[in-house]
Amino acid sequence: MPSHSQRLLQNILNRLLDMVPTLLALVLAFLVASILLFALGADPGTAINSMLQGAFGTENATAETLVKATPILFVAIGISIAFRGGVINIGGEGQMIAGAVAGVTTALVLKDAPAIITIPMSLVMGFISGAFYGGIAGFLRAYFGVNEILSTIMLNQVAVQLMNYLLNNPLLDPAELGTNHIPKTARILAEHQLPRLTINLPEVLVSIFGHADLFAKTRLHYGLIIAIVLAILTYILLWRTTIGYRIRAVGQNERAARYAGINVKRQMMLSLVLAGGFAGLAGVVQVLGLQYRLQTDGSPAGFTASAGFNGIVAALFGGLNPIGAIPASAFFGGLLVGAQKMQRDLGVPAALITAINGLIVVFVVSSQIFTQRRQRRRANIAVATVDMPEADEPVQPVLEEVV
Amino acid sequence: MNEIFTASVFASAIRLATPYIFAGLGETFSQRSGVLNLGVDGIMLMGAFTGFYAVYITENLLIGVLVAMLTGLVMGLAVAFISVTLKAEQGISGIGVYLFGLGLSELLFQKLIGTPKSIVGFTAISIPGLSDIQFLGIGEIFFRHNLLVYVAFALVPISAYVLNRTPLGLMIRAVGQNPQAADAMGINVARVRYFTVTLGGVMSGLAGASLSIALLKVFQQNLTSGMGFIAVALVYFGGWRPFGILAGAMLFSFVNALQLQISGIGVDIPAEFAVMAPYVITIITLIFASKRTEKPTALTKPFERGE
Amino acid sequence: MLKKMQFVFLIVAVLLMAVTVTQAQDDVFRVAAVAPSATNDLAFSQSMYDALMLIQGEMGADKFEFVFQDGTFVVDDAAVALREWATSGEYDLIIAHGSQYGTIIEELAPEFPDVSFAWGTDVNTFGLDNVFAYTAAAGEGGFVNGALAALMTKTGKIGVVGPIEVGDAKLYVDGFVAGAAAANPDVEVFVTYIQSFSDVPLATEAANTHIANGADILTGSAQMVVGAIAVAQEQGALWFGTQASQAELSAGAGVMFQVYRWDVVLRDIMASIAEGKLGGEAYTLTLANGGLVMEQGGYGK
Repeated sequence: MPSHSQRLLQNILNRLLDMVPTLLALVLAFLVASILLFALGADPGTAINSMLQGAFGTENATAETLVKATPILFVAIGISIAFRGGVINIGGEGQMIAGAVAGVTTALVLKDAPAIITIPMSLVMGFISGAFYGGIAGFLRAYFGVNEILSTIMLNQVAVQLMNYLLNNPLLDPAELGTNHIPKTARILAEHQLPRLTINLPEVLVSIFGHADLFAKTRLHYGLIIAIVLAILTYILLWRTTIGYRIRAVGQNERAARYAGINVKRQMMLSLVLAGGFAGLAGVVQVLGLQYRLQTDGSPAGFTASAGFNGIVAALFGGLNPIGAIPASAFFGGLLVGAQKMQRDLGVPAALITAINGLIVVFVVSSQIFTQRRQRRRANIAVATVDMPEADEPVQPVLEEVV
Repeated sequence: MNEIFTASVFASAIRLATPYIFAGLGETFSQRSGVLNLGVDGIMLMGAFTGFYAVYITENLLIGVLVAMLTGLVMGLAVAFISVTLKAEQGISGIGVYLFGLGLSELLFQKLIGTPKSIVGFTAISIPGLSDIQFLGIGEIFFRHNLLVYVAFALVPISAYVLNRTPLGLMIRAVGQNPQAADAMGINVARVRYFTVTLGGVMSGLAGASLSIALLKVFQQNLTSGMGFIAVALVYFGGWRPFGILAGAMLFSFVNALQLQISGIGVDIPAEFAVMAPYVITIITLIFASKRTEKPTALTKPFERGE
Repeated sequence: MLKKMQFVFLIVAVLLMAVTVTQAQDDVFRVAAVAPSATNDLAFSQSMYDALMLIQGEMGADKFEFVFQDGTFVVDDAAVALREWATSGEYDLIIAHGSQYGTIIEELAPEFPDVSFAWGTDVNTFGLDNVFAYTAAAGEGGFVNGALAALMTKTGKIGVVGPIEVGDAKLYVDGFVAGAAAANPDVEVFVTYIQSFSDVPLATEAANTHIANGADILTGSAQMVVGAIAVAQEQGALWFGTQASQAELSAGAGVMFQVYRWDVVLRDIMASIAEGKLGGEAYTLTLANGGLVMEQGGYGK
């Protein structure tokens, strides 16, 4: 029998090897992207360098990467739950908007209350609002058989129009009434904004970074910490509680779950409610931590920056595990921020960035099969040697529909 | 009331429905065989651009249509490779395909054309005799459209026939319902899925062309504005049946045409609610419509032999 | 240790001097701009891009340089770009071309008091003396177009396709309606706001709906109107435009275009900066100051 430390080492090694196909896929994606860059007369080497610089090159770049990653992580946590529960949630965009609208309204209504009340209340209302919005899709799915792909696509559009209406009418910043009439809310008071996040470095690291307060003067805010804490809590919920067990049971085998006496409909609704709630939090945190007011250009992405979609991809990159979603979101945040930098430095059109983004998603998702094969082979070996397979080994859930 | 429900509103609904019908039918074939392709919008955009560009260069509409279909074919093959051979998670790879199509079509547009240009596209063909029917405005509603509109509507019964009445359709349905059994019967599951997904790509390309060279006669970045996603939603609405998709596309488009008419003649309702109406009504209709539709059991599930 | 420190100081001092010297000698005017849509949108973003190109053409590429990040409809992405440019200290002027960017400027400008910012369309400089604001009195050209259209219509009906009822789009449409009413009160103007700046299919069908209801003249604002222009051409209707010239696209259907000449504002801003004044001023393009130009289309030519 291998010793405990050997097993741990083996485990870590396996996890690292699991990443090899993903990394190869990234390299391939960049090779294809290089062709596009060449065609545009840009040097791919400079491009990739610029991208890395933009993502992690400076303290501010790293902070922007994390800022970008924050809403993606919130959404990805929710998506991990939904996927594990056997439902596909592409309503993240609408749920983010629902959360943001409720959150900003709360913050503006409670403008005379102390921060200790206003901030948590805004976050909670954002969560509830997103959960409610996700719950609509869940309810329709569970009790009326309306497929959630259909309802969430439609509800995204409904949400953005509702937001447009509210921002143009009851929530319109009074200062805009006489002037340009730009649809935006009043600004949230400074004390009701999520504080900026600065990390006080220990003595040892000060010499490396040159100063003690890392991320000072950047836009990094406490939303990141909230997201990471919730990722960990969600992991515990999914793998260490009965609620989580039930959600996963429905996702893995709906029929078996039903035989086991689990109320499948209720669990599916719960999955979408939770997924919606986390997306709602993503929305409210964007407002409270970053934009300080909600405004619209008429499209969902103008506010969400497509985090509702990117979160889906990040969730899969993270192995549908909320903790895995943390590095996956950071990676995705870096990719998006770095790509913008590349656009600025090389003067390439924004469209190129979108195309490269798509290539990366396709290549990485396609590489998952090789990772899964490795994992499955390992599980087989583990069974063969009568070794207990790891309890939290991510198993790809099978998406089954209500029949 | 007469001012609202005019014949032109119905005609407008038929025009609006056309791209949804093309893309929705294509997606139906794909989903019936068990593959969800969420990248429809990206393929539509590429089809729209390449078709437009071909017409811009050659001034030949047939070439435009063929080029758009060819683009759809290539992208459909790529989607098939990703989801059938590489067994990638279909919902997510579709988002990737969408982003790729969105970005590349705009990039090519900027580099090859540069600025919105006009072309001579498909013009309305009045069908002799029929287009003059005054009764209920039938002539105006049904018989004064461009060629691609007629093609889209003709494809509905053809698709239904192929799916329900031919050996090919049986094969497609078998693969979508029970790939293991189909495999045991000697059907090549992968080949069938390659065929349907590629066909779906061709139809999406055609859907794009129906916008850029027939209905709008112009190309601009993100020309489809998410129509491909609505088309996928309508496949669920239609319960994977071509006539169901026709119904869904017509309902959605009719409400859209109606809201344009209502605000167009100056009825004072908040524009946001008018624009929201098609989405809300589609959902509500589905709640009260048939609740149990036969969904392809193997949808989104890659096929593994001996599972 | 002390010696080492001194050495470092010396190096830093020399470097600083070098930087100051190069900046002082540098007579290149550098601009960085961010805009929400593509530079070829025949509308809002293109109007700024064209202005920068025009100035560069006049001054020469060795005297005037600019970087332009387009397609930045995500406000947060614009914030990253603007912050980076401000931090770099390389730019004489940073332009946030979109009224949605106001909050960013309000946030950013006080942090970089030595950097000059310009943003629009709005009139609010937030009381900061390093922020210029610019806007267009789009209602003026709207009024002209509306009056002309009202005199030209044969059916007495005019259709308008608007995006969202905000900013310069609203100004233009309101001006157009007022102009039409002033020229001929019997003419009916129907306005459809499609609630999107980008939905070409919906804007096109809105134009079709207007035509079906008897309109023989169409107008509209923002980048999604390109399909509506095609409708006007095909249906033999006339087209009036705004923001940038759409003369080429609309060919014989295009009657009159209100073109934004941001270069007028930019020249003023550049002159201010040359005098050491980094902001605090709000500019409005008008027909009188030459910032708004009525350009004739292909109709009747």
